[in-house]
Amino acid sequence: MSEKSSENKMSLERIQQIREFSLIGFIVILSIFVQFRNSNFLTMSNIDDLLTNTAILSILAVGMMMVIITRGIDLSIGANLALSGMLTSMLVARYPGLHPIAALLLGTLIGLISGSIIGLLVAKFKILPIIATLGMMNVFRGVTFLISGGKWVSAYQMSDSFKAISTGSIFGINNLILIAVIIYIVFYYFINYTRTGRKIYAVGSSPDSAKVSGIDVTKITWMVYSIMGSLAGLSGVLWVSKFASAQSNTAAGYELNVIAACVIGGISIAGGEGKVTGLISGVLLYGILENALPMINVSPFWQNAIQGAVILIAVIVSALIKRRIGSSNKIRRED
Amino acid sequence: MGNNFDNEVALNREIRAEKEFNLKDFFFQWEWLLLLIFIAIHIMNAQLSPYYLNTYTLLDATMTFLDKAFIALSMTFVIIFGDIDISVGSTVALSSVIMAVLYNAGLSMPLAIGVCLLVGITAGFINGILIVKFKELSAVIITLSTMILYRGIAYIILEDQASGGFPMWFNFLGWGYIKTLIPFILIVFVVAAVIFYLLLHKTTFGRKVYAIGNNDVASLFSGVKVDKMKIIVFTLNGFMAALAALFLTSKMGSTRPNIASGYELDVIAMVVLGGVSTSGGKGKMIGVLLSIFIIGFLRYGLGLVNVPSQVILIIIGALLIFSVMVSNLLYGNKSD
Repeated sequence: MSEKSSENKMSLERIQQIREFSLIGFIVILSIFVQFRNSNFLTMSNIDDLLTNTAILSILAVGMMMVIITRGIDLSIGANLALSGMLTSMLVARYPGLHPIAALLLGTLIGLISGSIIGLLVAKFKILPIIATLGMMNVFRGVTFLISGGKWVSAYQMSDSFKAISTGSIFGINNLILIAVIIYIVFYYFINYTRTGRKIYAVGSSPDSAKVSGIDVTKITWMVYSIMGSLAGLSGVLWVSKFASAQSNTAAGYELNVIAACVIGGISIAGGEGKVTGLISGVLLYGILENALPMINVSPFWQNAIQGAVILIAVIVSALIKRRIGSSNKIRRED
Repeated sequence: MGNNFDNEVALNREIRAEKEFNLKDFFFQWEWLLLLIFIAIHIMNAQLSPYYLNTYTLLDATMTFLDKAFIALSMTFVIIFGDIDISVGSTVALSSVIMAVLYNAGLSMPLAIGVCLLVGITAGFINGILIVKFKELSAVIITLSTMILYRGIAYIILEDQASGGFPMWFNFLGWGYIKTLIPFILIVFVVAAVIFYLLLHKTTFGRKVYAIGNNDVASLFSGVKVDKMKIIVFTLNGFMAALAALFLTSKMGSTRPNIASGYELDVIAMVVLGGVSTSGGKGKMIGVLLSIFIIGFLRYGLGLVNVPSQVILIIIGALLIFSVMVSNLLYGNKSD
């Protein structure tokens, strides 16, 4: 038995390695190709732009990664982001003296509340994640519209300190990048080195065994959606501050980009699998695609289809790699 | 989607339910609740607007929502499998856009309609093949990526333009009446509903769909060609999406790549509210039909009194969650 499981672990690790290696290889080749077509690509200022533009996506992706590891999915994050961004910016418009940190915390809190509602529905009421989040997505969007009355909060209504959250920088590095890096460090530690973090994997690998081993599956599931919600709330403030406008259709459909980045980063939709390091390369590839396609004069109308194709290819290739290596373990791994 | 244990429980429940048929069970059914909601909505609408309760209004109202209802019919099969298809809205857009572009490029309208249906069939077939060939990927992720892909192709074809200018007779699909009273779309829908009802409840095909939804492994060992069934059902779903595209395009008079966005939510809400369990193997066509008209008339009634569409979104979203919650509580679905 132990021999089998260690063999199993070996091959799983190999899959991860192959996948990460091929991803990084692909990123390098893509970068060289784009650099060849447009020499502005690998300049410091463009790389700074690229990372700044990918920061919000990457923050959301960490939360989504945990949700997907527990076999779930969250389609409501775009709406959640819009709701917290709208509420926070309306508050900022009314009280311009509000400290930026307070705005960030407030947005996170709003996101946390929205996320924990979803967690409650999924964990306690056993509603399929896709149904619960699809439903709540519409509720959040509708509430955002109702609160704002369909109006925008525009740049002139926002205080300079609020806008500086996303445009300011410390030591020459944009705040957004810094926030993303901090979040990655925190969650890297959380997911890999804390008991609660490991339990997320246990729940995703096999909810039944997790329950038998004394893990509170309901609590973990609830927690995962709450974290996702908090990160979406935080991203809402960052988003609104970055684009200096809050609308009721902010970030509509953005959840698909986040899921795509996760899937490309090797987070298995079947649950229990995926690493923060893989996620980083997935997010990076996605960011490069978004940044590079306009630079080599690909029409913006092609972007949707290219994204869809990339996700499809990524999931299929990863399935094929896993099949090739894990074919002998496949039957036993089912639960 | 559910694991084997859940499937077994569901199967046992099914067997038990069939054995102990009694009057109490008969009346304690989701469909009766739906019927009550259906009546309640008509009473509410009649209260809201004095113009609501007459034959013309009621029949006309069906024109506003029946296009997506076509997809709900086939989506019922998909969800009974325990799968889901969220690419339907994009399939509608893609087939509609291709039809419009081909017509404007000089193809005759009947041929363009044929191509439209063919596009839908192909899109659904691709979903089905991918789902069958890559069982380790769930239908969620596959239809999610084809959802982006199909709409992406529609954007490549038409960019931010609109395309229309269809011949006059094409308007008949969405706006035509038979004997100046009954909407044409209603008649087509009734025919389709009868066909799907018979297919699900009176044929071996339908029984196999339930069997797969309850336990696909057991079905496979009992000689059901699970893969073939899935491909057929997903292809059917694509076809129905293309059919919906015809009616929707006719109704709108022109098409754009962002047509029918968010359709998947409406369609899934219709099916799930109809009592079809998302964990598979359970649900009736009657329930789905009732819920199609519940959601449709609810939207129409709220629209009559100028409730903003965003509020209607909240209501539909809440209704979707609420109905799953109640059905989970009633039937102890997936709980332990």
